Amino acid sequence: MASSVTIVEKLRSEFGDLWFDPQSLVTGGLRDAGQVFVKIAPEPLPDVMRYLRDDPGMRFEQLCDLTCVDYLNFPGATDRYGVIYSLLSLTHNHRFWLKCFVNDPEPIVPSMTPIWPGAEWMEREVFDMFGVVFEGHPDLRRILTWDGFEAHPLRKDYPLRGKGERTDFSVTRRDSA
Amino acid sequence: MEKYQFDPHATSSDDVLTTRLDRLVDFFRKRGVNWARKNSLWPMPFATACCGIELMATGASRYDLARFGAEVMRFSPRQSDLLICAGRVAIKMMPVLQRIYKQMCEPKWVISMGACASTGGVFDTYAVVQGIDQFMPVDIYVPGCPPRPETLIEGIMAIQRIVDVEGIKASGERGKGLGLVAEPRYQVAVAGEGSE
Ligand code: SF4
Repeated sequence: MASSVTIVEKLRSEFGDLWFDPQSLVTGGLRDAGQVFVKIAPEPLPDVMRYLRDDPGMRFEQLCDLTCVDYLNFPGATDRYGVIYSLLSLTHNHRFWLKCFVNDPEPIVPSMTPIWPGAEWMEREVFDMFGVVFEGHPDLRRILTWDGFEAHPLRKDYPLRGKGERTDFSVTRRDSA
Repeated sequence: MEKYQFDPHATSSDDVLTTRLDRLVDFFRKRGVNWARKNSLWPMPFATACCGIELMATGASRYDLARFGAEVMRFSPRQSDLLICAGRVAIKMMPVLQRIYKQMCEPKWVISMGACASTGGVFDTYAVVQGIDQFMPVDIYVPGCPPRPETLIEGIMAIQRIVDVEGIKASGERGKGLGLVAEPRYQVAVAGEGSE
């Protein structure tokens, strides 16, 4: 089991030109459980992820979660969408988090499906909810909302009640059924 | 001899039936099918959320929907004549619900159970249908969040009254809606009132 600090050091020695900017996962004065995330740009993401999965000291076999946060109007935020990767190593029993920030108008992130096939549906969900495009995804369709839905509803600038999608629908009547 | 009146709601004090066979046959010709149908409603449970738990409680032993002849939950719309929509319906789910309604054979009735199915409830969001009656016909709305089993049973009894009064019609004639007001036949007793 490697601590988050060790993992960051190893990453730095391997990818020296990337400044990972590690920060504590827990903010707001709560107890720091030694959990750290690093920031990373979209371009080096596949190499770093492949290293994290395959290096004998890392062995992050499992992509626990892949999700996203819209940092619109978030205090102190500089980028809009943060795609979050949560990794777990079953071999070494350690965890690690990465955040990949992208911005409008073209939020594009490389797909993790070649590295962890399980990323497929999670990336579809992030695409559906935030409109982040995953380059190299085999089947990037909407997964939760219905066909024909246009918007990306978890974006902060999308109104809670939608934009009229609820009323635009076929009606079954007594005599038509 | 008094003219015989067959009372389907007969209580135990008058459960002995003496009649002439031709009058009984006459009664069943006129009202029998509806009487049989209303006492053997086969519900199609469309339970999408927490209301479904209450629907299950209604079917279970304590509330015993079998007393109303409606305990045969059919999971095929082809075999059921009462659609109970229990729970919130997402917009993506609405075509499924409509298709189930279309697959049911005439005559058919629909109960919209709970605040969510009837109005959207607290889920006033982009993804939730704000009342299934916007997209398909509904006969009875059962209020509550969730409705107690008694309330649902009252709704089913209201459907029974509709079946009894309105009965089977050719599907073309059912297009105008039933226009019935569903009210309990009995006076609801309130504590401290009507003690005389
Ligand atoms: S009406 Fe209440 S109990 Fe029924 S589905 Fe909605 S939230 Fe659940």
